[in-house]
Amino acid sequence: MNKLKIRLKKADFYVFSGCERMIIGLKIAVFSLFFAPGALFASDTAADNYALYCVQCHGLRGDGKGINIRDMSVQPRDHTDAKAMSGRSDAEIFKAIKEGGLAIDKSVQMPPWAEVLSDAEITGLVSYLRTLCKCSNGAGK
Amino acid sequence: MRLPLWCFLSVFYSVAAHAADGDALLQSECAACHNLTGPAAATVAELRTRKAPDLFYAGNKFRREWLVRWLQQPTRVRPAGFLFLNHIKPGAKSDVVDAASLPTHPALDTARATAAADALMNLRPHDALIAKEKLAAGTLSRAMGEMVFDKFSGCLACHLIEPEYGGVSGPELYSAGTRLQAEYIASIVRTPQAWQPKTWMPDKHISDANIVKIVRYLDTLSKENKHE
Ligand code: HEC
Ligand code: HEC
Ligand code: HEC
Repeated sequence: MNKLKIRLKKADFYVFSGCERMIIGLKIAVFSLFFAPGALFASDTAADNYALYCVQCHGLRGDGKGINIRDMSVQPRDHTDAKAMSGRSDAEIFKAIKEGGLAIDKSVQMPPWAEVLSDAEITGLVSYLRTLCKCSNGAGK
Repeated sequence: MRLPLWCFLSVFYSVAAHAADGDALLQSECAACHNLTGPAAATVAELRTRKAPDLFYAGNKFRREWLVRWLQQPTRVRPAGFLFLNHIKPGAKSDVVDAASLPTHPALDTARATAAADALMNLRPHDALIAKEKLAAGTLSRAMGEMVFDKFSGCLACHLIEPEYGGVSGPELYSAGTRLQAEYIASIVRTPQAWQPKTWMPDKHISDANIVKIVRYLDTLSKENKHE
């Protein structure tokens, strides 16, 4: 989609008259809006990744109340809980996401995401979680 | 003289045309929603533009008999629809599935379902992944299986093992044994990302021994549950 957009822009620049240029520009804007934010960024945003991979358990609001929780023996963490979330360092949260709950002595129900998310994307998610809890790095950890 | 020849030709023609009919049917009635050619989505953004699960590796995944039956009387495979994100909303105690937003799947008559199933079974770009799975026949009790599936591996969080028990962001698994080829089950549990690089099923590093147990357990489940 990105490629298509760039090609259109080039064509627009070299070939078309002012009026056509404006129309194409408008079309591109509408097109981008439709597929936003995917078409605007080269890779997925932390919000995209949180929506697809985390919301199913941690919920649309990040409060641990996802569609899957009814029969889960361990309930997902409430990511808006500043007290609980500030008790963890960024490095621990990174590890929990990359290697799963077991890696930090928590439940197997928190999955490892190393095979789908790059380290950069996981770092992005750690920052995203900090915006959900409106809290910072656990002191002294 | 002309009549018998005409009959012979039309019978011959309909048999020969069957496979081609199936391909044409897939193109005209299924391709608008299903990806039939690959590749799988490479980003979350791309995946979210998909209207339906990919079918380009259907021949490596499904059991033909299930396809023929299901295409005539489709039932819900994914309790939260595809993609679940398009069908959920916040509820009182937790997010809930917006059942009214779930569409019903188009149904085919027997002849067209058979033609479509045959055409789908020809789509096999992942024979190599399937060939890697060596499964010896065997059984496993429901209790032992559930231990591996839920307690040790945390699979219940996303999958129903009874129509009203389990998680809903993944396909139901109480009829997976009749829907899916055993080798496909083994392969997707081993490396979900080999099939769909951006799928929301995680690779939980399940051991060979537990993969075999899970395959047998799902077989047991589908024989107990007659929800086909
Ligand atoms: C299958 C359900 C499930 C999914 C999907 C899931 N989680 Fe979790 N998560 C859990 C559960 C359950 C816990 C609580 C574990 C415990 O308390 O033992 C948890 C805990 C956590 C914790 C807290 C760890 C701690 O104890 O400090 C973080 C951080 C977290 N998840 C982040 C994420 C992120 C980010 C994603 C998406 C990439 C995600 N989770 C996807 C179920 C899930
Ligand atoms: C309007 C969009 C739409 C059309 C058209 C459509 N499907 Fe589907 N199909 C879906 C959706 C959505 C699902 C997922 C349903 C579920 O999981 O319960 C699905 C599921 C399936 C499945 C099961 C896939 C799986 O991974 O579990 C098969 C097989 C299938 N469709 C075949 C077909 C065939 C063959 C046609 C053409 C005759 C067709 N579909 C036409 C939307 C569509
Ligand atoms: C975080 C949610 C989640 C967890 C945990 C999870 N799965 Fe899945 N599973 C999915 C999703 C989503 C799919 C559909 C994958 C696709 O085709 O893209 C799936 C697909 C499957 C399928 C194929 C079903 C079909 O009809 O296509 C099987 C079998 C399966 N999972 C077994 C397991 C097992 C065994 C475990 C535990 C080791 C497990 N899953 C853990 C979400 C999950």
